[in-house]
Amino acid sequence: MSNTSLTNSSLFQLSQMLANKAISSVELTQAFLNRIDALNPSINAYIALDKDKTLAQAKAADARIAAGSAEPLTGIPVAQKDIFCAKDWQTTCGSKMLANFIAPYDAHVITLFNAAGAVNLGKTNMDEFAMGSSNETSYFGGVKNPWDFDRVPGGSSGGSAAAVAARLCAAATGTDTGGSIRQPASLCGFTGLKPTYGVVSRYGMIAFASSLDQAGPMAKSAEDCALMMNVMAGFDERDSTSLNRAKEDYTRELAKPLHGLKIGLPKEYFAEGLDASVATVIEAAIAEYKKLGAEIVEISLPNTGLSIPVYYVLAPAEASSNLSRYDGVRYGHRAAEYTDLMDMYNKSRAEGFGAEVKRRILIGTYVLSAGYYDAYYLKAQQIRRLIAQDFVEAFKQCDVIMGPAAPSTAFKAGEKVDDPVAMYLQDIYTISTNLAGLPGMSVPAGFSNGLPVGLQIIGNYFDEARMLNVAHQYQQVTDWHTQMPDLTMPKDIA
Amino acid sequence: MALSIEDIKKIAHLARIEVSENEATTTLAKLTGILGLIEQMQAVDTTGIVPMSHSQDLAQRLREDVVTKTNQREEFQKIAPVLGNGSSEKAVDHGLYLVPKVIE
Repeated sequence: MSNTSLTNSSLFQLSQMLANKAISSVELTQAFLNRIDALNPSINAYIALDKDKTLAQAKAADARIAAGSAEPLTGIPVAQKDIFCAKDWQTTCGSKMLANFIAPYDAHVITLFNAAGAVNLGKTNMDEFAMGSSNETSYFGGVKNPWDFDRVPGGSSGGSAAAVAARLCAAATGTDTGGSIRQPASLCGFTGLKPTYGVVSRYGMIAFASSLDQAGPMAKSAEDCALMMNVMAGFDERDSTSLNRAKEDYTRELAKPLHGLKIGLPKEYFAEGLDASVATVIEAAIAEYKKLGAEIVEISLPNTGLSIPVYYVLAPAEASSNLSRYDGVRYGHRAAEYTDLMDMYNKSRAEGFGAEVKRRILIGTYVLSAGYYDAYYLKAQQIRRLIAQDFVEAFKQCDVIMGPAAPSTAFKAGEKVDDPVAMYLQDIYTISTNLAGLPGMSVPAGFSNGLPVGLQIIGNYFDEARMLNVAHQYQQVTDWHTQMPDLTMPKDIA
Repeated sequence: MALSIEDIKKIAHLARIEVSENEATTTLAKLTGILGLIEQMQAVDTTGIVPMSHSQDLAQRLREDVVTKTNQREEFQKIAPVLGNGSSEKAVDHGLYLVPKVIE
């Protein structure tokens, strides 16, 4: 078996190969590390690599497999978004503020992957503090979209996205506050899932907007995402909003036929602002679902347009509070020169944060300041409820909602970086599910001018297994999710 | 509602972020654009709507009043920032963090 087909294999296949001793975790991990060596210098998907630590985990996984106590992900190399604290790993959240931060503890998600015997391949690049839709706000530089190096991978989980698309990992983690798993999954052509708020623990995941942040899997297929969810999801008492629910097997519904499935198409998701070639791809995907026996219902989510203004009040407000901890006192960046305590705070934060993060802190500070709280923050929370109620009404008529995940395919680097409002509109179809706390996915559905297009699937609360089923059945009759970019590799590695 | 340069400076002070005159000017333009977007909310009648702070209506969990954390001071102080102002030492001393004097 060539190394490309190895790095292109599904998690299930890899798990079987490891169990049969057709390959060792050290060999598999080395195959990915070789690919990373060859391609990461141009793609910039990883911020931190530590081969010794990674290979030590692979060796431990091999011992565990030999001892017969392996779990499905034991020995599988996974990339971790640099928002997750991983003990003794550089953990930067894409910021100069944390450029020298070595995490003293593991995030709950990292603890779960370690317990499952997965191998941490490295920490992936991201928009600074997850604030962005193109990965261009990262202190560690932009990330190339593997389908076209002139274009962005999306954001904020841009490094994880490029790593999955370029097969620089078997699967990756991401986080999604307003679309940061689904939009890059759409732009890079793979499967990403943002679970119901509260399903995956936020402990040790660097906070952006705490009432919206949720971690999830980014992988090559729905089946792979289900296997990742089996590791990532679950109650954690250290996260005050973690939901105390029984453990689920997210693969349990994969094989279910879709006959009679009711798909709601929100008319607002196909209105002005959607690129015509993206609409064509989405319509073709819907036609495929009809062939699988699904029924189409037209629905309305009338407050969709308000989700962006509401989000740009709530998310910056929560961010301004969360990011007040970076003061240069106990960890993170401290200015080299300062006169007094106030000067130390002001300079450390001015130097440590990038332009977009500062903008959002300032917006958040403003909307929470005396005299403006009711007009902005409270108003936004009221409209948030209207947006959530739109979904309650919609799910009375359908099982899942479908539409585009992003309004266009990957855009060129630099195209929107100076226009925050244009950048914010990238998340028009994804933000409302974060506000409602609902699960959402992006699934590869085709191409427009050689660039991937993602179909979004939105489910009701806790319907992840059903959504994965809906995506998996589509992936049984289409091959969009198996397409990969043509990357030039040195002969000995390809 | 229009923001002024003075507003930007006041907000930046509240947020403890130093801004130069130049930065204040460019920030004013960008923030004005974002606030224009946010203003769309004001057209919505929200009379009587209960604000939604969380997607799940949950009560805060309580836990037993017992010690759950161990002292990891040394571990945490390994990542303390460098003191600055000419010193390349870590900003810690006998388990405490060093900051400029606040009480004369």
